[in-house]
Amino acid sequence: MVESCEQVWREVSNYIENDLDPALRTEIDEHLRQCPKCRSVLEGTRNIIQLYGDERLFDMPLGFSWRLRHKLAGARPTWQSVGFGWLAAAAAMMLIVGGFVLANSSSRAQPAVISHMAAPAKPLPEGLMVVVAEHGKLFHLAECTYIHAEGRPVRTMTAQEALREGYVPCVRCLGEYVVKVALNFVRKYGFISV
Amino acid sequence: MDATSSVEKPPAKVDAREEELIRRVQNGERDVFYELVQPYERRLYAVAFAILHNQHDAEDAAQEAVLKAFKNIRQFRFEARFSTWLIQITMNEARMRRRKEHGEIMEPIGEYREEDGTYTPRDFADWREIPSESLERTEVRKLLLEALASLGAKYREIFILRDVNHLSIEEVSEMLGISRASVKTRLLRARLMLRDLLAPKMSSGWFSTPSLPKGEKPW
Repeated sequence: MVESCEQVWREVSNYIENDLDPALRTEIDEHLRQCPKCRSVLEGTRNIIQLYGDERLFDMPLGFSWRLRHKLAGARPTWQSVGFGWLAAAAAMMLIVGGFVLANSSSRAQPAVISHMAAPAKPLPEGLMVVVAEHGKLFHLAECTYIHAEGRPVRTMTAQEALREGYVPCVRCLGEYVVKVALNFVRKYGFISV
Repeated sequence: MDATSSVEKPPAKVDAREEELIRRVQNGERDVFYELVQPYERRLYAVAFAILHNQHDAEDAAQEAVLKAFKNIRQFRFEARFSTWLIQITMNEARMRRRKEHGEIMEPIGEYREEDGTYTPRDFADWREIPSESLERTEVRKLLLEALASLGAKYREIFILRDVNHLSIEEVSEMLGISRASVKTRLLRARLMLRDLLAPKMSSGWFSTPSLPKGEKPW
């Protein structure tokens, strides 16, 4: 039995939301018929819910939607940002590793020349056979008269292999060789392409 | 944990069209996201405004929240309504901004009164009929917003979630991490406090008590 207004006030929300035991609701209805104060509380609370539930209460600033769409147009979902970040990191890693590998391979192909006074050779014809003397710095054509082997062992290899091992060309024999090749070329084709 | 919290939750309701749009965005169709959010814009703004009390800050917070939702759309697992998810993000964003702006605000002592105690209405003005047209009046809207802003944060947030955004008691309870019983108690207090504040101004004053001095709350 509802005996006081306080009991009604405690149940105002439940009464409005129809979340009451039917017997209690009937008792409250009976009390409300006789109590103007409680009717005032109930009706006032209903009005509060109605007024604040009306979306017109919260006026959005002018241009709100336009600005939101504009911001969204420039945004990117996390997984896409993460994807790009991952790609960038992977690309950077590949550049580092690639650079490292390239540096290594390049140093194998073109080591520091043994003779510090000589310039490394330009690429020579593939398969051109040359000779090098052990502990020497130059590679020569086999017929070169300037090989100073002086009893040291002589190895035969291709010009490319000699270059890779750091030998530099003998300017005498190989200079003559280049001139000879060029003359033959001119004789045959009538011109030389530089 | 109160006994009522063991009540089985209703199944999550994401309507079919909304679900389709969400999946399209999750699969990379960025352009349809606004279509998904547009129906909730005003509600998100209201949540932010209720916490920050300032148009400019509320717009910034609501829009930042939408951007965060967009960026993290793949984390949405259809376990809650999409609107609830958006509101949660907006509320977190607004609360974070409020903390940044004002530091940890000390709640008034009244905020910590025993919640089980019955709230006693102070005013019995006869406020029976509210024509919805009254909301067209700027001064009425201003009055309502001022009254809402004067509530303590723990009452205001619950009221905004339940009565402005129409979330269920379960959703509010889950979002704020408090029991259903606490949600209901605070909600009742928020409603009664607002009624006490507004009834004298909105009614003909049947049982109206004299107005309180400026700045004084009836509780």
